[in-house]
Amino acid sequence: MSGARFAASFAALGALLLRHRLAGLGALVLLVVAALAAAAPLLPLPNPDLTDLANRLQRPGAPGHPLGTDHLGRDLLARLVWGTRLSLAVGVFASLIAALAGSCIGIAAGFFGGRTDNLLMRGIDMLMAFPYILLALAIVAALGPGLLNALYAVAIVNIPFFARSVRGATAAIAHREFVDAARLAGMRNWRIIGGEILPNVAPVITIAMSTTIGWMILETAGLSFLGLGSQPPQADLGSMLGEGRNLLINAPHVSVVPGAMIFVVVVSINLLGDGVRDWLDPRLRAGQLSRPAAVTRIERADAGAAHRPDGALLQVRGLRTRFVSAGARTQYAVNGVDLTVDAGQCLGLIGESGSGKSVTALSLLGLAPSPPAVIGGGRVYLAGEDLLAADFERLRAIRGRRVAYIFQNPMAALHPLMTVGAQLTEAIRCHRRMPRQAALDEALGLLRQVRMPGAAARARQYPHELSGGMRQRVGIALALANAPELVIADEPTTALDVTVQAQILQLLAQLRRERNLALIFVTHDFAVLSQLCDRVAVMYAGRIVESGPTHDILARPAHPYTAGLIRCAPRLGGGRRPAAIPGLPPAADRLPRGCAFAPRCARRREACEAGKVASTRLSAARRVRCLYPLEAA
Amino acid sequence: MTAAIEARNLSKTFGGERRWFGRARPPVCAVREVSFRVAAGETLGIVGESGCGKTTLARMLAGLLPPSGGRISVDGKEPRAGAGPWGGLVQYVFQDPLGALNPRKTIRQIMHAPLRHLLGMDAPAREARVAELFDAVNLHLAFLDRYPHEFSGGQAQRIGIARALAANPRIVVLDEPVSALDVSVQAQVLNLLADLRRAYHLTYLLISHDLAVVEAVSDRVAVLYCGAIVELADAAEVFARARHPYTRLLADSAPVPGRPPAAAAPGELPDAPTRGCAFAARCSRADAACRQRAPEPVYTRKENYVRCFRPLETPR
Repeated sequence: MSGARFAASFAALGALLLRHRLAGLGALVLLVVAALAAAAPLLPLPNPDLTDLANRLQRPGAPGHPLGTDHLGRDLLARLVWGTRLSLAVGVFASLIAALAGSCIGIAAGFFGGRTDNLLMRGIDMLMAFPYILLALAIVAALGPGLLNALYAVAIVNIPFFARSVRGATAAIAHREFVDAARLAGMRNWRIIGGEILPNVAPVITIAMSTTIGWMILETAGLSFLGLGSQPPQADLGSMLGEGRNLLINAPHVSVVPGAMIFVVVVSINLLGDGVRDWLDPRLRAGQLSRPAAVTRIERADAGAAHRPDGALLQVRGLRTRFVSAGARTQYAVNGVDLTVDAGQCLGLIGESGSGKSVTALSLLGLAPSPPAVIGGGRVYLAGEDLLAADFERLRAIRGRRVAYIFQNPMAALHPLMTVGAQLTEAIRCHRRMPRQAALDEALGLLRQVRMPGAAARARQYPHELSGGMRQRVGIALALANAPELVIADEPTTALDVTVQAQILQLLAQLRRERNLALIFVTHDFAVLSQLCDRVAVMYAGRIVESGPTHDILARPAHPYTAGLIRCAPRLGGGRRPAAIPGLPPAADRLPRGCAFAPRCARRREACEAGKVASTRLSAARRVRCLYPLEAA
Repeated sequence: MTAAIEARNLSKTFGGERRWFGRARPPVCAVREVSFRVAAGETLGIVGESGCGKTTLARMLAGLLPPSGGRISVDGKEPRAGAGPWGGLVQYVFQDPLGALNPRKTIRQIMHAPLRHLLGMDAPAREARVAELFDAVNLHLAFLDRYPHEFSGGQAQRIGIARALAANPRIVVLDEPVSALDVSVQAQVLNLLADLRRAYHLTYLLISHDLAVVEAVSDRVAVLYCGAIVELADAAEVFARARHPYTRLLADSAPVPGRPPAAAAPGELPDAPTRGCAFAARCSRADAACRQRAPEPVYTRKENYVRCFRPLETPR
């Protein structure tokens, strides 16, 4: 299975390389064509407009005319080079004009908003209401035929495309905090547009240009082909094609030569444009669009070693998870975590962001996203069964049925297009076959259990119609849908207001009592944790540094980090300034050799930084990973 | 004594204007009749839940948003109508430390902007001032040539604070300055802010949803509910001896280690303010009068007030 995934990631890499190679090829071809076109006056070519009726319609390879001559005996090679020069120039200038005008309109509309936006964009809408070729024809008809007028027509027709993409990008940036900051720094509107907005929308403009310039050359050629662009005897690719059209049977080379050139130019521009877009648009880079696999990749280095699971509901031994991505250093997120949760027990997993607490929670059921996550070792026993050895179908049967998750952001965890009732019914019927109506009744029962006001009416609503607190109640109902033995709650109250947080905490405490539920509560806040959890495990740099009964650890922390974490958060009614822990947590890609907390620790001695620090038993219920623990227990 | 910053009946309504086609959008009252005075050197904490108008109020005070009604004066002076930000007088520290730095500019360009545009300093003077500021917020000068994405949240917030101080402001609006930071880094930034306040004689308006942070840092606290200040009191007393039932609800909801979970009160912020007291629907003490008229401020001490017909009397 991991072999297939390996092959898939190689295929993705191959596709990326190939695309970049194609972009390179496009750039090369374009460069050669552009160089030839630019050098046209220097090349030893005959006059492209010189008619020579005696030598009309010469085949390619005729003496003095490598590509032959057209119906007036003009040298096709010379006309091709000069025509390409003209077509390229027109395409580039039309693109520049459209980009300039469109970007100005787009930035003004997006930045100023309101009436300005309305006025400008409705104007753009009117431009877009006409089929573009009709509009171009109308513009040329009004201005009169001629290459310059065709250029204007093509540029005007393409303004809406630029205006709309640039407006979208600008509107997304205009309300960002750094724009407010620039205003507070005394910058005026035009300076903000030039200094803050433009650099951030420039990639959008470049992407739009790279994808439209090929089109513009085609459109100009189209107008010339219809006789509305360049006027005889001036050659551009479109008019050459038009002149050759009548001779398609007798002298196909007259139209094939400019046609091939249009093809080569447009294809190479589009290939290059794709490359530019990939390079500038971070979302398309390096396989980020690829969906994570259904199970975290598992490459256990300790596959042979077996632990003996005891009677605990959940037992985690030596769990290791790392993040591996090409071109970046490996991030070691979880580095040997041991946890035990008994039935009906609540374990608090506390740590700062980057401590590995969420990755630990996700790794238990193979939910850490792969790529880039890789579980590198350890055992996760659920009632004696090793979940990391289980196949996907087995895991799927356990996920949501015996072990369920509650996520931090219920808006992101709920399906935006399904009603609350439908989502609950789906979760129930996914694990237990039952008629729809029975499942719906059960869903309503669940909503009542999580104290959802007006449960029956709420079941028919969509997530966006609920408040944050109600959404999290739905998230909890979803987790409880199949009466799991263990619920893993990842910061379930962090996104909520304090009064709503109190409601949700109270609800979780009640449900735990009623259902004898085991709970792993992931949080960064000791105060929240102490409301709910009997035991706590403190995580730092991917390891559990201290564990034990909550009240015991709060009263007498043994690890200096735990003590710092308790002291550094201000407490209501505490009336004191918080005591900060100096420094920053270590980066997960360069963890220190010894104790990860040593660089920030006041009690650090040489031995701390010399090598790994083992976890030692302090008392029957407490363990600490410190050589010089604070006086405790 | 003139207040460093004073707000009188400050209001902001969104929507309500007629569209070109169709009906007018119903107006949403984000901030209603907010009045307070903050003395020079004082820290006023503003607490409330999401949607209560904290950030709208903060943006008006910083001059980023024109008020729909009422007045703001800084050092006894009122700004010209529609003049935008107050020059350098009032500065702002943003909630999202990285979002407040333009990703395409170096830290040097970001730091020089206020010095150049507000104070008109020349390049050598700007360099010297930036060095001084970075020293004050404990940042290394080597950071100046890097881009924002290379910094952690705590470092980025120090840069944001240094930028806010660059133009010698009298008043700094701190909009949730530590809520995006890690717990162990929060305390560093809070302590830095306290030190800077003394060193530069600053006046702070600290906006936060975290009662403990507000209580620890502020001198006085304003409690905001549905866009109105329901209680304004000294920080030492506001939660310990709450007078407004909503303040009491907030204080009881905040988790405190060792205290059993509060019996949570039902209800959440209403979508649209109702007639009478906005809190009446959730209030156990509300009577007919509360649902009829909105309560006026009742002054408890010189500048402190509670907006309630039936305030809690007994100290806890």
